[in-house]
Amino acid sequence: MAPVAPRSGDAIFASVERVNAELFTLTYGAIVRQLLTDLEEVEEVNKQLDQMGYNIGIRLIDEFLAKSNVARCVDFKETAEVIAKVGFKMFLGVTASVSNWDADGTCCSIVLEDNPLVDFVELPDTCQGLYYCNVLSGVIRGALEMVSMKTEVTWVRDMLRGDDAFELQVKLLKQVPEEYPYKDDE
Amino acid sequence: MIGVGKIKQYSNVLDKPLSKGKQEVSLSAFAFLFSELVQYNQTQVDNIAELERRLEDAGYAVGARVLELLCHRDKGNRRETRLLGILSFVHSTVWKVLFGKVADSLEKGTEHEDEYMISEKELLVNRFISIPKDMGTFNCGAFVAGIVRGVLDSAGFPAVVTAHFVPMEGQQRPRTTILIKFAEEVLRREARLG
Repeated sequence: MAPVAPRSGDAIFASVERVNAELFTLTYGAIVRQLLTDLEEVEEVNKQLDQMGYNIGIRLIDEFLAKSNVARCVDFKETAEVIAKVGFKMFLGVTASVSNWDADGTCCSIVLEDNPLVDFVELPDTCQGLYYCNVLSGVIRGALEMVSMKTEVTWVRDMLRGDDAFELQVKLLKQVPEEYPYKDDE
Repeated sequence: MIGVGKIKQYSNVLDKPLSKGKQEVSLSAFAFLFSELVQYNQTQVDNIAELERRLEDAGYAVGARVLELLCHRDKGNRRETRLLGILSFVHSTVWKVLFGKVADSLEKGTEHEDEYMISEKELLVNRFISIPKDMGTFNCGAFVAGIVRGVLDSAGFPAVVTAHFVPMEGQQRPRTTILIKFAEEVLRREARLG
């Protein structure tokens, strides 16, 4: 079978079923509020949001690969570009940009100017330590783990904390070698 | 690209222009998120009734905000004050904004004067949900029931709202009916207004 050309984020987003972003935004807000009530500690909420994101990421990658026809990325640089240009567009309808590469190409920033999670949101004084969008970092971490990359994803800038954009730092910790053939008895 | 390099810095959420509500995200993004909401709440409860109550609470928070948002954006800060008005607002306006379509039907209960039903053949939140046998009558539509209750309650129409599966002849999947039972005071007020 001839290789299929990878599709652009815009083309995929235009072809998938979509829902109103406000339903998404408000539902996410309801989740965060529920976590704050249940867990009380902001730190715990951050952790739980990250965990939820991770759970989403490990499943979302399948849909991503199936719909995008993206071929194996040659290096981490390409991976980051694909996440920013195709991944974010395909699911959230926004594009991100990649910048701040370190010298060995294992650490970069993904910058979001538009973020559908935070419409209507303002952090009250009691929640200043909250990484409201922590679900996103979990999604990236989970999705990359499924394609053999261990990463660490942290927030560098957050508009809810007064910064001018949302910036996630993605750091490649380890590329897990794929083992083949898989042994049945393991 | 428009907006690049423009300084976007708002300290207060109220200073921002209100979006027109035309933005969209992929259905999968919502479905993934909703699935996490359900799974998380499953870890917090011992029984189905509690799970439905928690989903309803989450929905209520959405509903209360949807009412405020839509009244402000679409209705010039006015809201419906009559029973049928608010019901059709939920059935048409709210449904259209949240789910992209008007609800399939809005009916009055035949046995009780205070009951109304909004039915949907394929409720958005139930699209990718299949209920395990051991969970009986559990319906994730409880979240939508919560949204409806949030809208109604915040508009001054307290009601008990529940979601039920109703099997349909010739259809593989049951439809979901949102049953609205208004509080007594609402009907008394309606009667007085004539």
